[in-house]
Amino acid sequence: MSHPKKGDKVTFKIEGRTYDGRYGDSLLEQLRKHGYEVPSLCYHEAVSPYGSCRLCLVEVKKGKKQKVTTSCNYPVQEGIEVFVNTEKVRRYRKVVLQLHLSKTPKSKAVRDLAAEYGVMETPYEVQEQDKDNDCVLCGLCSRVCDEIVHVSAISFTGRGQNKRMQSPYDETAEACIGCGACVYVCPTDCIGLQESDGIRHIEKWHRDLPLQTCEKCGKQFFPTFMLMEFSKRTGISKDQLNICPACRNSVV
Amino acid sequence: MDDTKLNTILDKHHRDPAELLAILMDIQAVENYLPKDDMKQVAKELKIPFSKVYSMATFFATFSLEPRGKHICTVCMGTACHVRGAARLVDQVQRDFEVEAGGTTDDMFLTLETVNCVGACALGPLMIVDGEYHGNMDAGKLDRVLRKLKKQDAKE
Ligand code: SF4
Ligand code: SF4
Ligand code: FES
Ligand code: FES
Repeated sequence: MSHPKKGDKVTFKIEGRTYDGRYGDSLLEQLRKHGYEVPSLCYHEAVSPYGSCRLCLVEVKKGKKQKVTTSCNYPVQEGIEVFVNTEKVRRYRKVVLQLHLSKTPKSKAVRDLAAEYGVMETPYEVQEQDKDNDCVLCGLCSRVCDEIVHVSAISFTGRGQNKRMQSPYDETAEACIGCGACVYVCPTDCIGLQESDGIRHIEKWHRDLPLQTCEKCGKQFFPTFMLMEFSKRTGISKDQLNICPACRNSVV
Repeated sequence: MDDTKLNTILDKHHRDPAELLAILMDIQAVENYLPKDDMKQVAKELKIPFSKVYSMATFFATFSLEPRGKHICTVCMGTACHVRGAARLVDQVQRDFEVEAGGTTDDMFLTLETVNCVGACALGPLMIVDGEYHGNMDAGKLDRVLRKLKKQDAKE
């Protein structure tokens, strides 16, 4: 048998039902596509999987072996059988949620998710340094900034207990163009974006960027720095970009 | 670090981002720590994001982002050394030099660091002073080693 290639057609089973897919597809995505509910914090279909939150656990039977595995970074393969709600999966997920509760005890997103699975409290100790930190270290913000925005203004720093998501030196992220994509994708809403007095302020990355005023309607829309970057990348002149999307669309 | 020196290091590693770790180690070997400006310059020259350089610099315990003392004293706090009294050694240095673990004396004479196992457990408790390994340490030996450092310095 030749080795399967990414994109080859495969047939596999979820809860006893047969489905078609492509070799290498994210199992989590397939599960959701077919209506199976699987929780996650660190997955987004727009970027590569990272496998850090451990919430998307399922059981996969491959040949004779059956094991619990994360589904977001599990590539769909010919003949596998997937079980999404076994006793083992529920037990493991509960522990994972308890651990999350001890790491980000105040995060509403984490608490809501835990409650959904019947986990209201954690037996694990909450470290002082984690008490007010809602970041679950899912890395979605930096993956989006790397893979979609191509700016890489932020990244993981330190490791172990000291692992953080930060701008370099936890000072102003000078590379950040203020697009807000990271804010949009953050599952715990802990980055913080405000606009006041013509400035977009991104709290977690200590970034303040003046907003461009639309030359037609006078409304402030995107950070000027971001428009400059777009202009550089696309070759569209900065003047054209000084008109807000709403006005631009109405012109056409 | 001046540009020529930095360029020599970069060239030695073919300006290859895959050699970032080795590049940072070379910079630290010269500067005793990783200066921010050097890391920025490395990012620029290798055309990689500054955040990635910073990320690597903070990942490895061997890197320091702050200037360190003239002498570096590293006490192993791995399990084997710990049970043989490594904590007492740390206490002793902290007391005698008025320095916190991970910190540097005000006069920049000494930086005290701790690590978790350097793979020479049989020699524990173990201490590394300016790259030289000292095994089977005790209070008296520690005193002698550090006193020697001071004397050396006084002569210079
Ligand atoms: S707002 Fe800044 S950090 Fe966030 S994705 Fe955009 S460029 Fe990256
Ligand atoms: S800031 Fe948000 S997106 Fe980024 S790692 Fe933390 S929780 Fe994830
Ligand atoms: S979604 Fe799979 S580990 Fe987070
Ligand atoms: S514990 Fe100190 S060398 Fe291994």
